[in-house]
Amino acid sequence: MFNSYDSNTLKYDPRLCINCGMCSKVCPHGVFNTSGKVAQLVNPKACMECGACQLNCPTKAIKVDSGVGCASAMIWAAVRGQKEATCGCGSSCDSKPEILQIGKKES
Amino acid sequence: MKNLSGTITKEIDIKSTSGDITFANRMDHFMARLGVNRNGHLIAPGLYALGKPAKDSPVFASANYTLSFDALRSALSGIDAYILVLDTRGINVWCAAGKGTFGTDEIVRRIETVKLHDVVSHRILIVPQLGATGVSAQEVRARSGFKLEFGPVRASDLPEYLKTHQATEEMRRVRFTLLDRIVLIPVEMNYILIPMLIVSVILSLVGSYTAAAAAITVILSGVVLFPILLPWIPTTDFSTKGFIIGGLMALSFAMNAFYGMMSEALWLRSGWALTYMLTMPPVTAFLALNFTGSTTFTSVIGVKREIFTYVPKMAWMFGIGIILVIVLSLLKISGGM
Repeated sequence: MFNSYDSNTLKYDPRLCINCGMCSKVCPHGVFNTSGKVAQLVNPKACMECGACQLNCPTKAIKVDSGVGCASAMIWAAVRGQKEATCGCGSSCDSKPEILQIGKKES
Repeated sequence: MKNLSGTITKEIDIKSTSGDITFANRMDHFMARLGVNRNGHLIAPGLYALGKPAKDSPVFASANYTLSFDALRSALSGIDAYILVLDTRGINVWCAAGKGTFGTDEIVRRIETVKLHDVVSHRILIVPQLGATGVSAQEVRARSGFKLEFGPVRASDLPEYLKTHQATEEMRRVRFTLLDRIVLIPVEMNYILIPMLIVSVILSLVGSYTAAAAAITVILSGVVLFPILLPWIPTTDFSTKGFIIGGLMALSFAMNAFYGMMSEALWLRSGWALTYMLTMPPVTAFLALNFTGSTTFTSVIGVKREIFTYVPKMAWMFGIGIILVIVLSLLKISGGM
């Protein structure tokens, strides 16, 4: 049976790893194991492309096309002709920030 | 708040809070779970004092969504601490991190606005792990001087975490338990309830009660049954899982049509049975695919592949099914059946 989640965009270059342990701290799916000399990709298929590891890797050893894995957000973006899909929960609050900004009092 | 050098330093605005969850809080959580006033469950961003924190008390970052903030303060009940509430526009930590509102810029800005450097003597900020999607620890440190510590995924693990400041593997994993999935159902229902009622009323007026029942069945299968059964339905793709659930539901309607009008010609009975098999499964499959955004594990590329692979098939199936319904209905009218 066809499996859409069989592969993803996560790329890791162990030559750049300084074993700071950050990737395994931020990953919610245990994709990395940092108990060895350098981080190991132990469960790459579990990656959901959230981008936390890429953002927090100090040597840029990790690359991933991150974003929100949400079908309704993507379909809505396509319908509206937007290139980037933003989180579906944003569809209702996209217009709201302005209202909040006006009413917000900050020192 | 009295400050020794009060004339020079501007007064720091620190709001106070407690670890108690009141009845009003519970009502607010209940409404949030129902999806009532979706973006209205927020608190003012800023610095909050939990208990009686001192200069060396820990500081925790949170979102200004009541469910996030209340989970944190109740988990920290009995601990003296500061809570730095970011302006995430009433969105939870993980979603806000994905959108970038729970992000590096907002943390740095908020640290400055509340003058965190003056409030505490240390330079450590504990951030929920799921905030890491929007927050670069290195950049926050370079720009604000605060060293970030990524705490556990769930606030309830914080008391255990604080003993060693090391999270276990289990604390670092996001889950998606049966209960996690069930609490999402009311919000999903909230979106679809009105359209579902409209469609079923129209169907029972122009078509039949069976058609209306079929519409309600596919929608409930997609938004109630599917989230509950998710891990137990074979196949990995959400669309195929939805086709399976919708197909099983359609089968009972098809059988009913086939065996329910024995006086009719075989081709007519088969035709009506086929309409259910064509129109029902794609609707459930589409609703199932839309559930990807609520889960904790679907990747962008995977969802994209699903959309390209299955959405055209869903549209074709549904379209052909509707045409068949129209043709059969016209035959029925013209034939005086």
